Amino acid sequence: MKARVHVMLKDGVLDPQGEAVRHALGTLGFEGVGGVRQGKVIDLDLDATDKAAAEARVREMCEKLLANTVIERYDIEIV
Amino acid sequence: MKAAVLVFPGSNCDRDLAMAFRNAGAEVTMVWHKDSALPEGVDVVGIPGGFSFGDYLRCGAIAARSPITRAVIEHTARGGYALGVCNGFQVLTETGVLPGALMRNAGLKFVCRSVPLTVETADSAFTDGYSKGQRIAIPVAHHDGNYVADADLVERLRAEDRIAFTYAEPINGATADIAGILSENRRVLGLMPHPERAAEPAHGNTDGAALFRSLLGALVPA
Repeated sequence: MKARVHVMLKDGVLDPQGEAVRHALGTLGFEGVGGVRQGKVIDLDLDATDKAAAEARVREMCEKLLANTVIERYDIEIV
Repeated sequence: MKAAVLVFPGSNCDRDLAMAFRNAGAEVTMVWHKDSALPEGVDVVGIPGGFSFGDYLRCGAIAARSPITRAVIEHTARGGYALGVCNGFQVLTETGVLPGALMRNAGLKFVCRSVPLTVETADSAFTDGYSKGQRIAIPVAHHDGNYVADADLVERLRAEDRIAFTYAEPINGATADIAGILSENRRVLGLMPHPERAAEPAHGNTDGAALFRSLLGALVPA
C-alpha cells in the first residue's frame, strides 16, 4: 500500500518561498497569479494491507515527524 | 560545572561552543548523537549550530528525534540547563522544549553578519551578566531564523518575561524581532545569534562572553 502525504504551511503563516515564486511568475509574464504556496509531497511505501490502520499509522508519523504542526498542516492520501 | 556539547552529523559550531564553555571554566564532554545518555552529572547541555542531517525535512527535525535528544528532553524536564544556538534553537523548537518554530528568512537570503541585539531580560542564568535594554552585537549566520509565533504565544512570552534577546533592527522577518527565548523555568535558552563567535578577544568582539560567564557563575556550587 502506498501513502502520499501533502505538507503545507498553515493559512496565515507567511510563505517567503511561495512569494518569491509568485514574483518570478510575474516576471515571466504570467499575470493573474494572486498567491503561491509551496509545500512538500512525501510518498511512503507501506507493508500495511488495511487502509484505515495504514492511515492511522501515517497520521501518527505526521504528528511525530513529517509535519511541524506549529506551522504546518498535512493531508494523507492512501493509494 | 560540567557541560555536554552534542555533535550531530552536520554540526559545525560544536567545537566553538565547547571552547566558549571551557574558557568560562566548564569541564566539557562532546556527546555523539547516537549515544542515548548524557555523561553523569552534566549541568548544562549545549546544542550547537550547524546543519544537522543536512537540514533534511526541516531544520533540526531529524536531530530532534535522535537518541541523545531524548536524553536532553529528559534532562530539561528534570530542570537541567540547556543552551541551543542557531541550529540548536531549531532543534529545541522541533522537540517542543521551546515553543514556536523557525522558518525560512522572510528575505530568503542567508544572513551572515554581526547584528545588534537588545537584551530583553537580565532575569536568567544566561543573561544576568547583561542589563535589561543593553545593546550588544553578536554574529548571526542562518537561512532559517525567522521565528514564528502566534499572537497568543508572543503575549505569553512577553507576560512571562521569556524573550531573552530581540534584533534591534529586523533581519529575517522574525515575529516581534525575537532572536532568543527562554523556557518556562528559565533554564533553557534558544537563540539564533552565535554568542560563542563573540566570546574572546581574538574574535574581535567579546559581547557573547558574558552569557557563558554568567551561566557558569550560576551553576558553580556556592
